[in-house]
Amino acid sequence: MTYPENYEYTREHEWIEIAGNIGTVGITDYAQNSLGDIVFVDAPKVGTKVEKGSVFGSVESVKAVSDLYSPVTGTVTEINEELASSPEKINTDAHGAWIIKVELSDPAELDALLSAADYEKFIAEETGK
Amino acid sequence: MATPAPIALRKTPLNVMHRRIGAKMVDFGGWDMPVEYSGLIAEHMAVRTGVGLFDVSHMGDIQLRGPGSLDAVQHISMNDASKLQVGQAHYSAMLYPQGTFVDDVIVHKLSDNDYLIVINAGTREKDFHWVKTNVQRFNCHANDYSDYYTQLAIQGPRAAETLAKLTKVDLSSIKGYWFKWGTVCGLANTLIARTGYTGEDGFEIYVPSDVPTSERVWNEVLEAGKEFGILPCGLGARNTLRLESAMSLYDHEISDKINVFEAHLDRFLKLDKGPFIGSEALKTIQAEGGPARKLAGLEMVERGIARDGYAVLDEGGKKIGVVTSGSPAPFLKKNIALAYVPRELAVVDGEVAVEIRGNPVKARIVPTPFYRRPKKTA
Repeated sequence: MTYPENYEYTREHEWIEIAGNIGTVGITDYAQNSLGDIVFVDAPKVGTKVEKGSVFGSVESVKAVSDLYSPVTGTVTEINEELASSPEKINTDAHGAWIIKVELSDPAELDALLSAADYEKFIAEETGK
Repeated sequence: MATPAPIALRKTPLNVMHRRIGAKMVDFGGWDMPVEYSGLIAEHMAVRTGVGLFDVSHMGDIQLRGPGSLDAVQHISMNDASKLQVGQAHYSAMLYPQGTFVDDVIVHKLSDNDYLIVINAGTREKDFHWVKTNVQRFNCHANDYSDYYTQLAIQGPRAAETLAKLTKVDLSSIKGYWFKWGTVCGLANTLIARTGYTGEDGFEIYVPSDVPTSERVWNEVLEAGKEFGILPCGLGARNTLRLESAMSLYDHEISDKINVFEAHLDRFLKLDKGPFIGSEALKTIQAEGGPARKLAGLEMVERGIARDGYAVLDEGGKKIGVVTSGSPAPFLKKNIALAYVPRELAVVDGEVAVEIRGNPVKARIVPTPFYRRPKKTA
């Protein structure tokens, strides 16, 4: 699996794509693969304030619950409604099936995120353990 | 972060095979086991609608042999083994003197004076020690044959057709919870039992545990089941299948702190067969009017998935119990759970809530098993 180079990544396995001051957030292919069949996505409501490094929702597979950590601080502007009825879209297209869009309040936070290459190095270490 | 020293996980003879075909592996009670291959939901559905193959070699096998073996079995197991005929098996449990669980087991009567007790993986050493200690005064030998067998479970409505291609034994002559010996994949004297842990029809076969034989049989079963859509299935599907069928899992629905009445397993408890370990305590509990809490089936009414360990709340938000197993049910397409609740609340259609990450989410008490396989129409 290739990790898009125009995305930034967290060590908690979220990705974010930046367009202007809006960040689109999802979970990585590595995350969906470790979770297995995803059956439930708990996303916040539009207008919710999210904070970098804090839990903003969860993704559940048949066998496990995984918290979602926001890569940035800001306000939720949109949620992917399609995931309510088809959460398995995350399994088939993790890097396309976004979960929320966030209006960034501090673009400088992006500097701390991982590049695609650094993220791939990070997960190689995770799996090598 | 300091990396803890790795603990060597135990492996079944099929471990290399599982990795080769891309299984996701997990540590299950100290065993390196496949949790899923192609995907949990697909594997679950294969067993409900076609056939699935499980490596369950991590299960343990204790043999009790000798003139005193029936008395020994009767002493350590709550069901009545004197009712078993040669070739028959039954579900039972080994109990502590308090009437709580050492483990749940399947007792097979191999012949007069010869019994095979199949036990759980996570409790193998504890169980064998328990059996050895408690059968000492009977005239019989306890042997741990766990590592002698690769145990494969072939489960699902097409299991019989699959296995029939690999043996000349008339499988229709083996009823549920009975077994026979026969040649399977060219291996003489293979134990073929019509047992399982999925709520579906199916068989468990016990073949020699060397790697080449184990891998050969595994592959032959997959080949035989191909036309029925057979899938190798992991512990993930095994867990959701047994949960839909409301079968107990050790350290979840049953444990050393839970007694037989609480676990709703008293239909396998034969107090009138004579004294055995745990019988006195259970008679007392019965005489005092039964247990204060009972295992109940829950179905989520509102959106949310109950998980193991989540609190069960009453309508006022007070904690009244705990979820022992909870999951989405892939076949039923509902979110279900088993939970301990006060006995007076364990009534069908009762309304409770499950606390999911701080929020009460409505659930309803439903009859168990959640899933019952359709009766065969000839």
